[in-house]
This record gives sequence, C-alpha cells and structure tokens, in this order.
Amino acid sequence: MIETRRLTKRYGSRAAVDDVDLHVAEGARYGFLGPNGSGKTTMVRMLLGLVYATRGEIEVLGRTVPARVSEVLPEIGAMVEGPAAYPHLSGRTNLALLDASGPRRDRDGRRRRDRIEEVLERVGMGAIDRRPVRTYSLGMRQRLGLAGALLNRPRLLILDEPTNGLDPHGIREVRDLLLELNAAGTTVFLSSHLLAEIEALCTDVGVVDRGRLVLEDALDAVRGPTGRLLVRTPDPEAAVRVLGRAVAERDGETLVVDATTGGPPALARHLVEHGVPLDGLAEQRRSLEDVVVALTGPGSDAARTPAGRRSRQGSTPTGELDPMSQGFRR
Amino acid sequence: MIGVELVKLVRRPRTWAAIGLLCLLPAVVAVFLATTRISPPPGQGAAFLSAVLQSGSLYPAAALALVLPIFLPVAVAVVAGDAVAGESSQGTLRYLLVRPVRRTALLVAKLVAVVVFVVGAVLAVVSTSYVVGVTLFGAGDPVAVVRALPEVTGDDGGVAGTGSGQQPASGPAGGQVGSSDAASGGAADARPGADTGDTTAVDPEAARERAQSSVSSLSGEALSPTDLAARLLGAMGYVVVSMLGVAAIALFLSTLTASSLGATLGALAALITSQVLVSLDAAASVTPYLPTRYWLAWIDFFRDPIFLRDITAGLWLQAGYVVVLMLAAWANFTTKDVTS
Repeated sequence: MIETRRLTKRYGSRAAVDDVDLHVAEGARYGFLGPNGSGKTTMVRMLLGLVYATRGEIEVLGRTVPARVSEVLPEIGAMVEGPAAYPHLSGRTNLALLDASGPRRDRDGRRRRDRIEEVLERVGMGAIDRRPVRTYSLGMRQRLGLAGALLNRPRLLILDEPTNGLDPHGIREVRDLLLELNAAGTTVFLSSHLLAEIEALCTDVGVVDRGRLVLEDALDAVRGPTGRLLVRTPDPEAAVRVLGRAVAERDGETLVVDATTGGPPALARHLVEHGVPLDGLAEQRRSLEDVVVALTGPGSDAARTPAGRRSRQGSTPTGELDPMSQGFRR
Repeated sequence: MIGVELVKLVRRPRTWAAIGLLCLLPAVVAVFLATTRISPPPGQGAAFLSAVLQSGSLYPAAALALVLPIFLPVAVAVVAGDAVAGESSQGTLRYLLVRPVRRTALLVAKLVAVVVFVVGAVLAVVSTSYVVGVTLFGAGDPVAVVRALPEVTGDDGGVAGTGSGQQPASGPAGGQVGSSDAASGGAADARPGADTGDTTAVDPEAARERAQSSVSSLSGEALSPTDLAARLLGAMGYVVVSMLGVAAIALFLSTLTASSLGATLGALAALITSQVLVSLDAAASVTPYLPTRYWLAWIDFFRDPIFLRDITAGLWLQAGYVVVLMLAAWANFTTKDVTS
C-alpha cells in the first residue's frame, strides 16, 4: 500500500525526515507514532504529494509519488494536521464545495448529495443544521474533516491525529468507524502522538524519532511478554513472604514476580496453597510505552546528537503516556 | 474547479462588501455635488467631475476616475492577495490539493475568479453611478466631453494628477491649453527637464500637437448615447485590464506567502512605489515600464478622436505584467512545498 525507500526531507540543514523505509501492508491498521515535531506530518505530506522529498522514493498504491500522485489521490482519503473548512459556510456546503472540486467523474448532482449525506451520517453528523463552521466545536470540525476524507470511498485512509479535540465518546466513535472501514477493506494509516490511541486501534506500528524510523513491527510482536507475572493481592505482605526473592517489584497491592516454571497456573496454585488471597494474576507484557521510551530515550538521543546542539525538548512522549498501560489489561 | 471558485467568490460576504463600498464612494460624491451644485474648480477633483453637473450620463466616467486611484486597486489586491494565501492560512489548500485538484488548475480557477470579480466590480460601479448620475443630475447632453479632460501628459499618476481643467465654453483656445497644462500637473512645456529621458511619453512636439488637437475638438459635437456607451465600454475594458495587472501582482505574491494580508499589502506597496516613480522625473527611464504608468489612459477613450497611443501601450504593458507574473506564480506554486 505504502512503501518508501530512504525517504529524506531536509529543511536547510535540518532533516525533518531522515532515511525512512516505511512499509504499510494492504488491509493493515498502521500506527505512525512519534512525539510532536518528530517529522510525522512532513512524512504524511510527502505521501500525499504536498511536500516534495529531498531524496528517496515513495510508492503509494503501487504508483510513484509525486510523479503520479494525481492517479493515487482519488483513492485516498486524508486528514492532514487538523481539519480545515471555510468558516463562513455551513458544514454541508463545505463538503459540497470540496466534493465538487474533485475529479470529473461522479459529477451527477443527485449522487453527490447522497454521498455527502452518507459521509455526514457516517461521522455522526447527519443532523447538522445550516450553522456556519465558524460556530463549530473542535470536535465537530474534526468530524467534518473525517467526512471529507471519506467522500471518495478511499482504499487508503491517511489520517493525522484524527481524534484531536474529540471527547472520549467521540474518540470511541471514530475508532469504531475506522475499525468498520478497515474490516470492509480500507487500509488505515494513522499518525498520532498518543500511545493509547495507537495501542487501541492498530495492528502495526512505526515509531519515528527526530525524523528517523526507529521501529516498525506488528503491534503484538512489540508488546511481547516480559517473562514476568503481575500478581494483585489484598495481602501483599504474605505474598512477599511466600515468594521471597521472586518478587521483582512491589507497588501497593501489585507485585511483579519473575516467572516460575509452570507459568501463571503454577504460581496461582502455589500462592493459594500458602493461604495468600489472590485478586488477579496476569502475564506482564511490554507496553508500547516502555518500548517507545526505550527507543527514544536519552541514551539514544545522546548517541545521536554528539554536540548536544539539538534540544531534547519534546522528544520524549512522557506527557502523553498512557497511565493504564502498566496495569492489568485484556 | 472554476465553478467552485466562483461559488466561493459569490458566497463570500467580503466580495459584496468590497463592491458595495466601491459603489458607495461615487454615490456620496454625487450627493454632495447635487445638493450644493458646486463643481470642483478647474484643475481639482477627479476627471469628468466638473462636467457631470451638465450631464449625469457622464457620471459613470467620473465614478471610474474616483475609484481608480485607490479604492479599486485596494479591492482587487485584497481579493487576489487572498486567493491562494487565504486557502493556505485557512488550511483548506491542502485539502483541495489532496482532493485532488491539480495545482495549475487551482491557479487558473483562482485567476478566473479574480477576473470575474474585477469585471463585476467595474460593472457595478459604472451601472450604479449611471443610475445615481442620471437621477441626481439628469441625463443632460454630454456635449463637451473633451473639454472636461486633462491634457495628455501621461505621467501624472495620482488623484491630484487627474485634475480636470474645464473651461468656459467661450474661453479662448490659448487659455484652454495653458490652464489644462497647469491643471494636469505640468505638461511638456512646463517641464522640459523631464522630457529628455522619456521621449515617448513627453515629447514636447507631440504634446503640443495633442494640445492643438484637443483645442480643435473644443467645438466638440454632442456625443450620441450609443457613442458614449461605446466609449464607456472601452474605458471599462481598459480599467479592467489595468486592474488585472494589480491582480497578477497580488496573485503572484499570494503564492509566495501564507499571509493574505502580506500579499495584499505587498501588491499595494508595489503600486505605490510605481505611482511615486511615475511622478518622479529622475525615474523617467523606467516610467514606461511601471504598472501604473498608463492607468489613466482610459480617459483617452473620451477624446475626440479617441487617442489610442497610450491605450495601446497600456494594454501591452498590462499584458506583459499578467503573463510574466502568472508564469512566475505558476512556476512557484507548482513546485513549492505546501506546509500550511
């Protein structure tokens, strides 16, 4: 679906995207993850032919970009860096104008109107009135942008931070919509700085840090088991006494225990036999957060910027980390 | 795409505000003239203004003279400067381009929309001012059109320069020439220093001839309504073309920056620079190539016979500006990174 080779974009001496080999398979839900300013948006813009690469090749839907981008774009729905619309017009008029700007096929007025109603319905805005977009909330604008991206029934959706400004309810709706579209065959390329969003939605993940692709893998492979077990018990003291050295960490009522032979069932039996009450027991998996922090952490940073010229500001996504990812999930 | 751009133009309140304001200025001036019946003294005020009291049907020409120096270029620069930069700063440009709209097609559509705006604005000014003029001053008889005109000096750029030198119909021919020269900011004889550098514009010999011809047509016959309409149409066309030069400057700048204000002000700065240089004798070597140099040549449509030299030169000049700047805009826009 998307393939890039040694893709590089320089602005002056600064490389916004540096030697990136990206592979997005057909039917995938690909999460493109990276802190703000790491080159995600530049990457997305290059895929869409908005920004021209300094070096490297891009192939989208089997065709070279930007040379044949006009053949590719009709099959792509895109949202780049937030939604945009003419503020003095209504959402529906905005969509109609955007739709009419498109390629010459499907110029039939009736089908156009149906199509606009359909995409509005899809993003949960079927009942919008004639208020101008100026009065919309960010969430409504976001939905409108998404509706615009769906206008040409795309085979590939390229979305940059699509849930920005949505409330939890809206985020869930958008996620369900993307899953539904994906199930119907649409490949989804989602760029985000929100770990939780990618973890909840994607099958594959690419992590970008200061323009370089530092990881690209299936999400399940990334989040492999750590070989430890998480034990939750109302009586941690007793558990520590029973397990002794095997307890690696202790945080309130949750213990991180080195795996023993026999796995979780054996450990559970062992604890119960020694009278330790159990609230829960689970395999500890590496969270995406751990992986990302390790890959984009200070160590790699110090190694990559020898003179320390570049500021570290904003290069770790700690502010956006998902606090739930450590606990029991699934 | 062109249709979409036209819809955007029409549905934009700003378009109508600009056209409304353009029509308002001549109307205000007309009301003052009609209530006081004081016409501007010779050598002051816009061209034709002194003549309109006799003939309201000349008022469209006076209105053009009123809006041409500032209002019209500002309106055009605002619309054209916003064309690409506005989409860019609003963020809608990227969505148009990925829709996809080819960049060349978008630029052409923008240009067409700007042309439509210019034509619409000029039409609106002319038609409203005709109604206003005929209502307030009566249709009258647009007899001595030529007498209301300034001399063909060609290098008066600003509002003041367009001063009309109307004379009493019985005035002696010699007096007519002299006061016209003075009124129009100095004709050939009054400023020999400037003549040497700019032979095409201010050849003393030619100026004298023109003065002569102007005088000889003093006995000017009454313009028939059709004749007047034809001349007015020619003048409107010429003004439109002049404004296309402005539009081209603004549209080119609009592809350079993401700020519509920047593009608009840049275009206006270019025009003001041009106006200043046109009136500067020291810059005589470049004056023939300045965009505002022949702006006032539309007045020549009302001479008898129509004085075509400056009109032709002006058309070529504007065509040159439009072609060169639109090519530059195209070259820039089709190769640039859209990062907004």
